[in-house]
Amino acid sequence: MSTIGTLHLDNLHAAISAELALDQIRLEVPAGSATAIIGPNGAGKTSLLRAICGELDLQLGELQFNGKAMHLWKPQQRAKLMAILPQRSSLEFPFTVEEVVSLGRIPHDTPRQRNHQIVMEALELVDCANLAGRLYVHLSGGEKQRVQLARVAAQIWDEQAQDRCLILDEPSASLDLAHQAMLVGMMRFFARQGVAILTVLHDLNLASKCADQIVVLDRGRLVDCGEPKAVLTEEMLSRVFNIDALVSVNAKDGSCLVIC
Amino acid sequence: MERLKSRTVIGSLLWLLPLCFLAYLAIGPSLISPLVLFGSSGAEDQVRDQVILTLIRLPRAVMAVLVGASLAVCGAVMQGLFRNPLADPSLIGVSSGASAGASFMIVFGASILQGNQLLGLSVVSIGAVAGAILAVFLVYRLSTDRYGTSVITMLLSGVAIGAVASALNNLFTYFADSVMLRRISVWEMGNLEGASWERVVLMAAVALVLLWRLPRYRSALNAFLLGESDARYLGIDVEWVKKELILVTALAVGVSVVVVGNIAFVGLVVPHILRGAMGPDHRALLPGVALAGATLLLVADMAARTLISPAELPAGILTVLVGAPVFFYLLIRNRALNNPEKM
Repeated sequence: MSTIGTLHLDNLHAAISAELALDQIRLEVPAGSATAIIGPNGAGKTSLLRAICGELDLQLGELQFNGKAMHLWKPQQRAKLMAILPQRSSLEFPFTVEEVVSLGRIPHDTPRQRNHQIVMEALELVDCANLAGRLYVHLSGGEKQRVQLARVAAQIWDEQAQDRCLILDEPSASLDLAHQAMLVGMMRFFARQGVAILTVLHDLNLASKCADQIVVLDRGRLVDCGEPKAVLTEEMLSRVFNIDALVSVNAKDGSCLVIC
Repeated sequence: MERLKSRTVIGSLLWLLPLCFLAYLAIGPSLISPLVLFGSSGAEDQVRDQVILTLIRLPRAVMAVLVGASLAVCGAVMQGLFRNPLADPSLIGVSSGASAGASFMIVFGASILQGNQLLGLSVVSIGAVAGAILAVFLVYRLSTDRYGTSVITMLLSGVAIGAVASALNNLFTYFADSVMLRRISVWEMGNLEGASWERVVLMAAVALVLLWRLPRYRSALNAFLLGESDARYLGIDVEWVKKELILVTALAVGVSVVVVGNIAFVGLVVPHILRGAMGPDHRALLPGVALAGATLLLVADMAARTLISPAELPAGILTVLVGAPVFFYLLIRNRALNNPEKM
């Protein structure tokens, strides 16, 4: 690829207890678009995200964020531009929803008034404005997930900041259908502002709806990469996922429709 | 439970603490008006009262404030660090680790102890702090992974460390002479009876370190409640914060054990009550628990001095009697909240 993306991964190798988890990964995550990572269980999707977050040591390869090697970023500077939603969040202290979302503002030195405004807008974005005063620990799984989405949204909210990046590990887990649509809307909202989005998704139909680029991982290797229509083929699904699926076109929005 | 504004809670504590402090000075075997301190008529009664206040009650009151505040703050910090409301210096073996370290120094560091009292105290303190650091570090390593702390491992390692510490204590007492024995027995139960100005100065120095270092970690502790990875994603230098917090809290708990012995449950009860009242945000919680911890230990020691007057109870016994039921309640509620395998 000629242009260098917000995230630039070149020839990444990483191992987890002597087992090669990532093998020669090359990937550009361009600004203003969404990239979805798909692949069967154990394909290395979460390992890839962990490598990007700096939680998995690279054996080889280069990892750049905005043209600067990832490990050279100061933690706070990076946190201002890059927000990460992990697969699992455990919070057992009685914070209110509003307080949880405002944790996303920790890296920033913006005034309290502005933070409050951002927190409310972020809650609005994930359809949780009515939960602001509730205790987080009392929410349902799907509501908690939306609040966590609002937290990472609040972390990279400032539109003036260039080169922002949003990383989501299975954000659709425990979301109902209406809120999966909300998730797609949220990704579009940030992509329009020029944010580079990288997300792991299990739901292939959701991936084809929200992603500009789909990356297929299999046993630590990047086996396919491209537009949803080019990647989501019956041949790929049988080769990588080992399923005999039907790929059709969603008459409503023209996106791919995978039926198994 | 409806939450109170943190400003209201802290505001009321700012009134309550000085009131309790004055009451503490006034109440005792003889009733003395704290105003005596400022009189200078030289009457015999007045001089006697002044001596009682400045040499006995005042240092002890200041000690109660310093130790209560420090223990409560350390409890709140450890609970944030472990992401678990059950972490308390006395429950997870930190206090017993400190006692063992202190006894070691009393018995084997005896030659250094001969000289100046403050120097002797600080040698014992070093032992206590080292014991405390070792204990927190062990418990933390054993019970915490990326996603949080396992309560059962945390409490079990506390039991194990407590057992090892008491075995070491027995071993050291075996080698101790009678003076050493008396000093060691002080750790067994917390008691503010021996508060002297030298000890107050030592504890005040430690409380100052807490006051100086902790405010910068308020937001980091909030981020920690989400989990270590999330804290890292929020730009917190997790490893550094952990190390410093473990060091500072172990310092405070260790020295408090040296000056007054093991005062249990203050670090558990106070943060628990305040979190319920005003939420877990450490920016308000840390100053709040400092004030409330100081007040609680003042009141507990006031009760300890007067309940069976003219004899005295160790304040440590009272804090256990108040604290243990709260602990049981927390355990039961925690079990109800969490899934069984988490316990």
